[in-house]
Amino acid sequence: MTTLQPPAAAGRRPARSPARRTRRRWTGWGFIGPFALVFALVFLAPLAYSVYLSLFRTQLIGGTHFVGLDNYQQALQDGQFWDGVLRVGLFLLIQVPVMLGLALLVALAIDSGRLYGKSFFRITVFLPYAVPAVVATLMWGFMYGTRYGLVGDIDSAFGVRLPDPLSADLVLASIGNIVTWEFIGYNMLILYAALRVIPHSLYEAAEIDGAGHLRVITAIKLPAIRGALVIATIFSVIGSFQLFNEPAILQKLAPNAITTDFTPNYYTYSLSFSGQQQNYSATVAIVMGVITMIVAYVVQLRGMRKGA
Amino acid sequence: MTTSTPVRRPAPPRPAAPRLRTPRRHTPGRPRRSVLLTALTGVVLVYSLLPLVWLLISATKSQEGLARSFGLWFDGDFDLWSNIADTFTYQDGVFVRWLLNTVLYVVVGAGGATLLAVLGGYALAKFDFPGKKAVFAVVIGAVAVPATALAVPTFLLFSKIGLTDTPWAVVVPSLISPFGLYLMWVFASEAIPTELMEAARIDGAGEVRTFFRVALPLLAPGTVTVLLFTTVATWNNYFLPLIMLKDSDWYPLTLGLDSWNKQAQTSGGETVTNLVLTGSLLTIVPLIAAFLLLQKYWRSGLSAGGVKE
Repeated sequence: MTTLQPPAAAGRRPARSPARRTRRRWTGWGFIGPFALVFALVFLAPLAYSVYLSLFRTQLIGGTHFVGLDNYQQALQDGQFWDGVLRVGLFLLIQVPVMLGLALLVALAIDSGRLYGKSFFRITVFLPYAVPAVVATLMWGFMYGTRYGLVGDIDSAFGVRLPDPLSADLVLASIGNIVTWEFIGYNMLILYAALRVIPHSLYEAAEIDGAGHLRVITAIKLPAIRGALVIATIFSVIGSFQLFNEPAILQKLAPNAITTDFTPNYYTYSLSFSGQQQNYSATVAIVMGVITMIVAYVVQLRGMRKGA
Repeated sequence: MTTSTPVRRPAPPRPAAPRLRTPRRHTPGRPRRSVLLTALTGVVLVYSLLPLVWLLISATKSQEGLARSFGLWFDGDFDLWSNIADTFTYQDGVFVRWLLNTVLYVVVGAGGATLLAVLGGYALAKFDFPGKKAVFAVVIGAVAVPATALAVPTFLLFSKIGLTDTPWAVVVPSLISPFGLYLMWVFASEAIPTELMEAARIDGAGEVRTFFRVALPLLAPGTVTVLLFTTVATWNNYFLPLIMLKDSDWYPLTLGLDSWNKQAQTSGGETVTNLVLTGSLLTIVPLIAAFLLLQKYWRSGLSAGGVKE
């Protein structure tokens, strides 16, 4: 199909009237227009509005007035905010590699063709992705319970005393476990899809050269799916920095361990909806957005450079 | 996201396309099934399934049964059916209302998001138009902006124009799926031969007709994939409705379940853990069923998307 047309098509094109060509040039907008319009309403307008908000401050006496970059200065010195940033930073450094590592191992195992019941594995590991964060957190929250939950059941059944997953020391790890559970399958699927499109001739060539399984993985498979890995990492980084649902829902079960400034996102939410500090909340959100973009960008640069 | 221009790579083999018969080998050597590898991967499988099994078992227990029985085994009474009946009738059947709200948000929000993504992806893949690069850069940049960082300003903006506490506040932001747009763009540039579009135009078809008669059928696997992913995103959405809605009559299931759970934690509130759990089960069943039924379609759509990253 591809070899048939081009010469003829190339010959026909100049014959078209200029008016028709101009119309054709704008046709694309007809298709992307609706997306662009809604996008402007729900992305660009709020973005601009939050920048605007961040430059003002509302006080009980004196009302709202322009304060320049004062809010930003406040954010940069805000201990509550930076504690949250450090917390999600720690979360990211541990949870993301664990989750992506497991996802990669499962994807490689399924792709190797050496599993019994391969499609059962593929769909089952993916299923938690279909579970809402609310339900996932409620389930794990109940299972974590030391009194009536599964942890408590195990304690009483075996006469042991397991550490409390909802204690202040462990709650971050417990949240990490919930997020890992939710997203292993999703990431596995992205990596598996990338593995499936590697040309089989590469494996045959490697086989002739006497390469073993591990060598094929390190020399062919991993380089081939590097792009997908970088994408998965960037999505996970953004997800970690946005952490809100799991701590917010778990908060009711662990009120002492999870504060309303537990993550930066939770902090902006609390500032805006309980604290009525909408201008400062917008500022914190922008600072967090910038941090996220910088980290995502660094991940992308490093990921693309490696071995390239 | 990684490159600003699509890199041409060979299209993935399509089952329909005639191919030369080559011995199918997934890895060097004939892959021999391995019990050890299956067992090791099985650990992750058990991890993925365990909470779901726990939920399934717990949904069969009464409130008292939950407290007295072991989490991973059944209680003496089997209360699944009465739990389901109670979930649907508790508080004048508000669960049904939440379910209908969720369906509304999914049909309009996810359906609309898919439509916009298909149209937009088609435009990016198959047309050159002024400002195309700018559109691409802005959308990709927006993916990196934490969506939740925009939530508060979006809320303030929507409350200014009177949209908060209405279904619109949940539906309108759901209409944009940058990931869906990206997936459709990658998919469309592979699935639709430009020559076919040219042929349709020569035959006198307008752009709209070409899109519906030529492009859309070829885009079906990608469309199903995007539809499933936007459906999950909308069905599972929690943060957006949480900030946008006060009136519990407009809650989706996620927010409703959360409110039942909070009620149980509040002192003096009625504890309905059994209904929270049964409601949770009822919330995930439709999505899991959709994924299982449609897996043939969304998987082929996804692997095309995996090519060009």
